[in-house]
Amino acid sequence: MVAVNLWSSLTRFTDGARVVEIEATTVAEVLNGLVTAYPGLAPIIEGGVSVVIDGDVASGRHTPVAPENEVFLMQRLKGG
Amino acid sequence: MSKIHVTTTVNGDEVEFLADPRETLLDCLRDKLGMTGSKEGCGTGDCGACSVTLDGTLVCSCLVLGVEADGKQVGTIEGVAEGGVLHPLQKKFIEHAALQCGFCTPGILVAAKALLEQNPNPTETEVRYWLAGNLCRCTGYDKIVRAVMDAAADLRGEAA
Amino acid sequence: MPKDELKELHLVGTRPDRPDGLDKVTGRARYGADISAPGMLWAAVVRSPHAHARILKIDSTKAEALDGVKAVVTRADFPTGLTGEDWNLQENTMAGEVALYDGHAVAAVAATSALIAQEAARLIEVDYEVLPHVTDVDDAIKPDAPAIRPGAADASVPEGMPPNVVRYIEFGHGDVAAGFDDADLVMEKSYKTEATHQGYIEPHACLGQLGEDGRGEMWVCTQGHWFIRRMCTAVLGIEAAQLRVTPSEIGGGFGGKTTIFMEPLSLALSRKAGGRPVKLVMSRSEVLRATGPTASASMDVKIGMKKDGSITAGRAEFRMQGGAFPDAPVDMALYCAFAGYKMPAVEHIGYDVLANRPKCAAYRAPGSPMGAFAVESLVDEMSRDLGLDPIDVRLKNAVVEGDRASYGPKFGSIGLVECLEAAKAHPNLQAPLGPNQGRGVACGYWFNHGGETSVSMAISEDGTAQVSIGTPDIGGLRASIALMTAETLGIPYEDVRVNVVETGALGVNEPTHGSRATFASGLGAVEAARQAIGEMCKRAANEWGIDAEAVEWVDGAAQPAGPNAGKFPPMTIAEIAGKMGSTGGPISGHHESVPEGVGASFGTHVVDVEVDPETGRTTILRYLVVQDAGRAIHPSYVEGQYQGGAAQGIGWALNEEYVYGEDGRLQNPIFLDYRVPVASDLPMIDTVIVEVPNPGHPYGVRGVGETGITPPLPAIANAIHAATGARMRHLPMTPAKVLAALKA
Repeated sequence: MVAVNLWSSLTRFTDGARVVEIEATTVAEVLNGLVTAYPGLAPIIEGGVSVVIDGDVASGRHTPVAPENEVFLMQRLKGG
Repeated sequence: MSKIHVTTTVNGDEVEFLADPRETLLDCLRDKLGMTGSKEGCGTGDCGACSVTLDGTLVCSCLVLGVEADGKQVGTIEGVAEGGVLHPLQKKFIEHAALQCGFCTPGILVAAKALLEQNPNPTETEVRYWLAGNLCRCTGYDKIVRAVMDAAADLRGEAA
Repeated sequence: MPKDELKELHLVGTRPDRPDGLDKVTGRARYGADISAPGMLWAAVVRSPHAHARILKIDSTKAEALDGVKAVVTRADFPTGLTGEDWNLQENTMAGEVALYDGHAVAAVAATSALIAQEAARLIEVDYEVLPHVTDVDDAIKPDAPAIRPGAADASVPEGMPPNVVRYIEFGHGDVAAGFDDADLVMEKSYKTEATHQGYIEPHACLGQLGEDGRGEMWVCTQGHWFIRRMCTAVLGIEAAQLRVTPSEIGGGFGGKTTIFMEPLSLALSRKAGGRPVKLVMSRSEVLRATGPTASASMDVKIGMKKDGSITAGRAEFRMQGGAFPDAPVDMALYCAFAGYKMPAVEHIGYDVLANRPKCAAYRAPGSPMGAFAVESLVDEMSRDLGLDPIDVRLKNAVVEGDRASYGPKFGSIGLVECLEAAKAHPNLQAPLGPNQGRGVACGYWFNHGGETSVSMAISEDGTAQVSIGTPDIGGLRASIALMTAETLGIPYEDVRVNVVETGALGVNEPTHGSRATFASGLGAVEAARQAIGEMCKRAANEWGIDAEAVEWVDGAAQPAGPNAGKFPPMTIAEIAGKMGSTGGPISGHHESVPEGVGASFGTHVVDVEVDPETGRTTILRYLVVQDAGRAIHPSYVEGQYQGGAAQGIGWALNEEYVYGEDGRLQNPIFLDYRVPVASDLPMIDTVIVEVPNPGHPYGVRGVGETGITPPLPAIANAIHAATGARMRHLPMTPAKVLAALKA
């Protein structure tokens, strides 16, 4: 299981949980697992998010994740 | 609106074009003569990207009508390098990295050349006030001012 | 890369002339408006004079009757059924039922000359029903504000929020209440920043051509031509691969040229005019009224601090409007706000609010300057109240590698402490200050970005190299790519030609944005060169009849890796390249990725100001930028980014703002009234390049483009306070506002 840290306003979709455990070995599985477990997150995730693994923004859906990684969901990062 | 035949000299070459009386000198240079080195950044004389000389006087070509150039001498960025040899200002702008996007550069070079022709030894403050009508959004002007000062020293025959 | 390896570099870190310098000092470089085509038409756009108005009728009869007019388009000429951001882009390109801001396009016309097109635009009659409008962020968030786009809120917005709130975010960690209880000093203040424009000197310009068969071409000034392709084809409902987009040289962007504003109009007009190419060039007032300003922000910040300066807790609540469309960078502003500080407890709340203003676009570290203005002002105020040095307070709380960022994850390699120490050691801090003079300090942060990257490199027959990149050169990129490529190949800088190529020549590239071009295209060029080196070693090995693994690449030549590999003289790149046609064909390298390992960049600015007590005018006396570049590939252009960012921040702090009248119209849509800094406003801008190498890049690069715009806003406010005792919490700090504060 991977512990995924959410931003706190998402707790309204996760029964109050700030950190949720998802069975996943890739970023895609993290995102799909979040939507399966908490369907209210679907529009947020479809709207675009960044998955940050050990401080680095994951490059794509196939980036591996493991239980020892620290995983954060953030709003999609962009720049000027 | 009927067009007016204009004969003028640009960078020493005699040229002719037909101008609508509403068209600016900048429009005529760019669209009729294909001299796109002079740029339009504002169209209101605030940015200096269209700077040219008219009978030796520095002007914003967006504030001059094309028909006003008749019989006059126009100097543009395309004439700053003579015979394929870069003017010291051009060399120093490259050397000092005094341009980033380069869009304001033609106007600034024309303006700086006009400055050095009348004041070969300007202070930093004089350079800054002379160029206050030429907007640059990339550089913060630091390297531009240094390049102009260095080119001035070069033209005076002093080592920088 | 370890530091000792970096010491052996020959080219990286030097300052050669940029390859495109000659074109750019002679007027030869071709920008967006500098290209014409046979049979070309000129376009003009009709724009709403109202901040908010229902479009009842558009009558183009008179315009179409004018000699030389070839096409008129309105929203009816665009496909329907778009959703999400595609719909936003289409709606912003051309209003549908309602004009949402002063300057919103409602129709466009193409004619045989620019003058005819402009006259035709004046002849297009539009009937409007004027609707109530709102432009200020604090007014727009009121529950009884005119609802601009009911239903535009996304799923993040809980029930019961005011009608113009379209996104909502809350995040943080730790026990904030306990943190404030634990503090010796707790302060809470409110701040406001006004919208500013990127202010690139080159107005948006394009030349578009689209046939009835859906195939087209575009020449355009942009930071990213694949973005242009994707957005234009989405808005017009055509296939992406059928539109070939070639980037012109670009006259500044700063984030504002990462999206579309009017580009699809030239294509739509071309299609309607039988496929004739259509040139569309914005005027300055169109640029200011209808393209990418920043968001404006209203912010509350609360901080708890111990007597020794350590921060116990923080809270930030930001409201931002980004025009009549979602996407004000309130999330980014909050992420960056406390990023420089170890935060035991922190809470962030953000509202993205609609207002009747143009759709905001990215502007250099989008959001970060606003957040820094609020937090760095308050940290300064509290440090002074506690009698502490503002740099020492920042050092006391500064994040280092491994620390948890205020926005959640842990930091990798960063150089904030190094920046603060370098600032502290700089001679500017010893400069004496006179009456009415003061010194201000502030830090800034930007994440930086990797992004989709595709680079190609090919060795020429004579051993020189050409590199194809997809990120437009906005400030010396060709020079830095050539340096990294030449360094890797071991050949002279002059032997590398870097081309910014069109969409047909490479895979998808994100724009030159997010401070990514030198980092990501540079990484791509290095990897492509390494691939070519592998192939060249193989060719040499075949020639010598030894294993490719027994060949190494040193100083631009293949050589046996050791005495056991055999005794052969080095084979140079020119020798290998000269024979490549008969040894296996072309030698090239490619790299495609979304690079990770993006190094974040911190910076520290120190500014000295003098405030005229009679007029309230602020003069910048001295300015110092210290920033972590990871590794400066071409230091002159790194300094240029620092200086340019600082100058833009100075403008934001002191002069620049969007001024809206009661009627909702922009009052200052020309450069005379929207006043960006000029040469006589500024002193030299001193720079210190800190180099804490980024382990995620082969030469240690961190993006440097964006961070520099962030610290000036608070640093100048802090300096004005030091000079006058007046604390300015609303930008810009114009002479009138400063004078009023002095008299208060």
